[in-house]
This record gives sequence, C-alpha cells and structure tokens, in this order.
Amino acid sequence: MTDRVLEVTDLFKLFEVRRSIGRRVMHYTVHAVSGVSFHIDAGETLGLVGESGSGKSTVGRCVLRLLEPTFGSVQYRGTELTTLDREEMRALRSELQIVFQDPYASLDPRMTVGATIAEPLEIHGVKSDHKAIVAELLDRVGLSPEHAKRFPHEFSGGQRQRIGIARALTLNPSLIILDEPVSALDVSIQAGILNLLDDLQQEIGLSYLFIAHDLSVVRHISDRIAVMYLGRLMEVGDSEEIYERSIHPYTQSLLSAVPVPNPEVERTRHRIVLEGDLPSPVNPPSGCRFRTRCPIAFERCVDEVPELREVHPNHWAACHAPLMPGQNLADLVGVENDLRIRPNQ
Amino acid sequence: MSDAVLSVRDLRVSFPTEDGEVQAVRGISFDIAEHELMGIVGESGSGKSVTFLAVMGLLPKQAKITGSIKVAGQELVGIPDKTVRKVRGKKVAMIFQDPLTALNPVHRVGKQVEEMILAHQDVSDREATTKAIELLEMVGIPQPATRARQYPHEFSGGMRQRAMIAMAIANDPDILIADEPTTALDTTVQAQILEVIQSIQHELGAAIAFITHDLGVVARIADRVQVMYAGRIAERGEAQDIFIRPTHPYTKGLLNSLPDSQGSRLIPIPGSPPNMLRPPSGCAFRVRCVHAAEVCAGELPDLRPYGVVETACVRVDEIIAEMVL
Repeated sequence: MTDRVLEVTDLFKLFEVRRSIGRRVMHYTVHAVSGVSFHIDAGETLGLVGESGSGKSTVGRCVLRLLEPTFGSVQYRGTELTTLDREEMRALRSELQIVFQDPYASLDPRMTVGATIAEPLEIHGVKSDHKAIVAELLDRVGLSPEHAKRFPHEFSGGQRQRIGIARALTLNPSLIILDEPVSALDVSIQAGILNLLDDLQQEIGLSYLFIAHDLSVVRHISDRIAVMYLGRLMEVGDSEEIYERSIHPYTQSLLSAVPVPNPEVERTRHRIVLEGDLPSPVNPPSGCRFRTRCPIAFERCVDEVPELREVHPNHWAACHAPLMPGQNLADLVGVENDLRIRPNQ
Repeated sequence: MSDAVLSVRDLRVSFPTEDGEVQAVRGISFDIAEHELMGIVGESGSGKSVTFLAVMGLLPKQAKITGSIKVAGQELVGIPDKTVRKVRGKKVAMIFQDPLTALNPVHRVGKQVEEMILAHQDVSDREATTKAIELLEMVGIPQPATRARQYPHEFSGGMRQRAMIAMAIANDPDILIADEPTTALDTTVQAQILEVIQSIQHELGAAIAFITHDLGVVARIADRVQVMYAGRIAERGEAQDIFIRPTHPYTKGLLNSLPDSQGSRLIPIPGSPPNMLRPPSGCAFRVRCVHAAEVCAGELPDLRPYGVVETACVRVDEIIAEMVL
C-alpha cells in the first residue's frame, strides 16, 4: 500500500466580499476554489500550477487551515484536519509547514536568524539544545552556524529563502507547502534553492506541495502535476505525461505560451495564443470554466461541468472532449506560427 | 554604424550615497538599428534598467551621467533639459512593467492617448481622437471607440499594457524601450503582449530595446542579445549564437541555471552579485566564476569579437579550449 500523506477531497473556498459604493452595499461571492481533489504520497512532490486567480495559493492555505475551507475534506495521514480544534491543529502543525514566496516579508527583521529558526521549538515546548539544532539546520540548508547571530537584512534573497526553509524544517515536518518559493529570486540563485529542496527530499523523505506559476520550475521538481484554472483542476498526471502528452486544451495552451530559451525552437514551433483574459472568479462561466477561451468548446461545455476523470491510467482530465495523447491542439485548430494581434472578445 | 537609431558610447552612471558612490553602469557602448529588437538580459542590479532610464532621462537629479547617448544622431548627454525633452517625448518612448505608472487613473484612456498626440503633432482635436482610436485598435483592444471612453481601472492588466503601448507609439518613436513589460502578466496574457510588441517592430519599423530577466522571452522575440553583469556588457551577439553557443562564463552560468526538461541536477552560479559600492577589481564576475584566474583581477575586460559574437572575457580562448577537451 502506498503511504498517503495528504488527501484533499472536494475542497471549496468561497470568500464573501462586501463593498459599498456610496449608500449601495454590494455583496459578492468569490469562488476561489470549487471542488478540488488530490493526494500526495510520502516522499512525493505534487506541483500545483496555475495563473493568477486560479486558486492555487488558496488551496495551500486551506490545507494548513491558515484559511478555513468552506467545504470539503483535508486528511493528513488519515486525520481529518478540517474538524480539529485549535489545540489539536497546533499540535499537528509541527508536521505540516509552509515556505512563502517573499523571503523579505516572511522573516522578522528584529530577530536574529538563530532565534527565528528556534522559535518553533519554543512554541512547541521542545526541551533540547536549541543552539545545536539551529547549527545543524543552518548547515543542512547550506549556511554556516555562525550565521545564527546575524539579522535578516545581512543576507541576500537566496540566503533568506534558505533561512525560511531551515525554519520550516525545525520541527521535522513530513509535508512542506512551498508557495512560489523561487519566483522572487534571480535564475542563478533559484537553481541553488531547487537543488536544496531536491536534496532535503532525498535525505529526509519529505513530501512537497509545490505551488508555482513557472512551468519549467514545476516540471523540474515535481513527480506529478495538477493544473488549475479559475478554481478548478483541469488536468492531473505524472510530470512527464502532463508536459509531453497533455490532453486538456488549457494545459496545452498554457505550455505553448511559455517561451523556451532556445531561439531555433521558438522560431519554428506552433503556438496557441489564447484570446482574452481570465474571467472573474466572482462570476465564473457556467459549465467548464475554461470554455470562454477554449478554441474547441462546444454546447455541452456551456451546460455541464466536466468532472475530473481518469481518461488514461493515472492521467486525469476535466474535459468533455479531451485530446488524444500526442494530439496537438494547434494542429487541430489550424493555428499558424505567424504574427497576429488577437482581439479580446 | 550610420543606421543606428540609438547609439551609446562609454556610458557611466553613478549615484552618490552616504556609504560612497554606487557605480550602476560602468562604461558601456552599443547601437540599436532600425527594425531591430535587442534583448537586454541581466539579473537584478546588473544596470540594465538604469542604462535605459538614462536614455529616457528619467534618472534622479543626483545621478552622475557621463559618456554619450545619441538618438537618431542627436546627442542627449549634457545638453539643456528643454531640448532633451523635445527629442525624448517624440523620438524615444518607454513602456514599463506596471502600466499604472504610465496611465493617469482619473483620465479616460482615449484622452490620454490623444494628449500624447497633441503634445507633439500639429493636428486638430478631432484628428487626434480618430488617431487615438486607431492606435487602440492597432494594439488589439476590441471595440476601441467604446474602450477609449473608459478609465484605466476598467481595463484588465493585459488591456492596460496594450493601452500603455498605444500611448508609447502614438508619435511613431524611433526607439521603443520596453522594461520588463510582461513580467507581471500571466503566461497566456504575456504571449498576447509579446505578439503586440513584435507586430509594432514589423509594422512601424521601430528599434526596440527589450529589457528582461526572462531568457525564454528573449529567445522568443530578440534579434540580438546583450547580456549585462555588474554594470558592464558581458556578451553580445545574435540571439541564436548567444543561446546555442555562449562564450562568456556568466552567460553559460545563466543558461545552466535554467531547469531543463530532463530533470537533471541544476548548476547554480555560486555566490551572489557584487556590491556596486565596491565592485571587485578587473572582471566583476571573477569572484563567482569557476574559470577565474589571476589575470581576471587585472584590467576591466572590454567587449572583444570572438567568433560570431563579442565577449568580455580575457580567458575566453582557454575556457573554450577546456570545454572542448
């Protein structure tokens, strides 16, 4: 049997927003996450990919209950998290950690690095040699023990992200949620952080939920990938499968929109340029949420929400007319590799 | 070169601070020709934005600028502000990462484009209105006549970017400077804006300087690429040469840092960019370079031809030989 660390089932998160314009008070409901299900096994990395407004970060926060899910189940090693009280949740927090995007905002500027890393030990009342633990953690993330006495402003962005990771490791977690952990960093620095995350996973058998918008980074680090669009999962499968044989029109469009650092490839490849912008999560489209921008949408896509189903073994897609593996959406809709300005309808 | 629209020679920019002088740009020279899209690549602090803010005249007063910046033959360094403003508004235009810095929130979008036209062209108000709508259509804004009467907050991020581009090209500039124009946009919207910029290059024949840290974007749209590090140009050449056969260790380091599809272990560049208050002597990259030798600490390396590209590495012959062996 596989060792299942996290099982999320039918997760919903709605935000009620009140806005007053003059005397009129308007109520909105933002459908941030609408029925998302996935799992993560021990030692596995699941990449959660999506554009802004897709709800990917909200999912991460709901898993840790930094945001309360509106509906749905989050199970950590068989324990339902959504019904735990504060004390029970706090006890479990040692096993579930999060690393944020901005290493400048997530560290307290007035605390030494050592104090920041040791803080979770204080909170959880761990009685052991804090100094030794801090030294070991700093060493583990590629910093040196004497860095413990310094303050965050003395470090570069990449070093700060290492400190953030060290802090997440303090209580020996088994699952770390990484929310855009490298997107604020320059590429030459980003590579070092990705290597560190790889090493830590090998050494301690950590599981990661890796949330990001950068598809090449996600591909590099993930075993499996879940693609989100406007609050729903579009496609889930093994990394290689998603990148080489994606069957959802959104996944193919997204991959096709990412520029590859090779001018020869760029000059010759067929590209799908999606029209328009992401619709508002306040008033999401009926049926399939991607249908307003999908080049092959048809009537059923308006009327009926496509369920996420296992189209091929371990390859799931939420589409009424998924593509065949290897079939290219660009060929299907006859897109040329030419220059057009697509109007926004 | 006579057909250079933008010609920069030995440009140096520094900022006095309490701790000393920050040397942001340390003697760079380059040309950009008509119809050419030059990608300017570099990480944060490389001086890529400062270089072009100097071209635009948008640096703070205390910035010390020396060298020469010529736009269509007209010198811009060391001449009266009034003359400079005339040249810049008409001949050079710039678009930014955040379109809200360029758009006025309390004026209708169409009006703002019209004002750009009226400031530099001798046309009637009505002609300006018509031209503004044409420009909005040209950058792919649907129902341009209706959209022209809306305010910036009614536009999405991608639409605002298009509106800012319309303003920038309103006076048919000789050179368009694009500073990370797609960095804040989602992948699918970025693809749309890149197409708009490419079509401007083709249809208007403008020279474009495209500043970005995203190597994929550069590979997609640039004719030539200039890689900057610590206020200097490390390497320059045709895009395909730079990407396929980089010669400078920094360019190689950048490309090696990118995750590839094989999932093989990444090769980061060790260390971090230098403090520009006290940049290292000689080649600034030497402190992070795996190929560095004693000679690198000597003179500041200049850009010299090497095969089909130009590279600023004194050890380039030995390094390439080592790679082949």
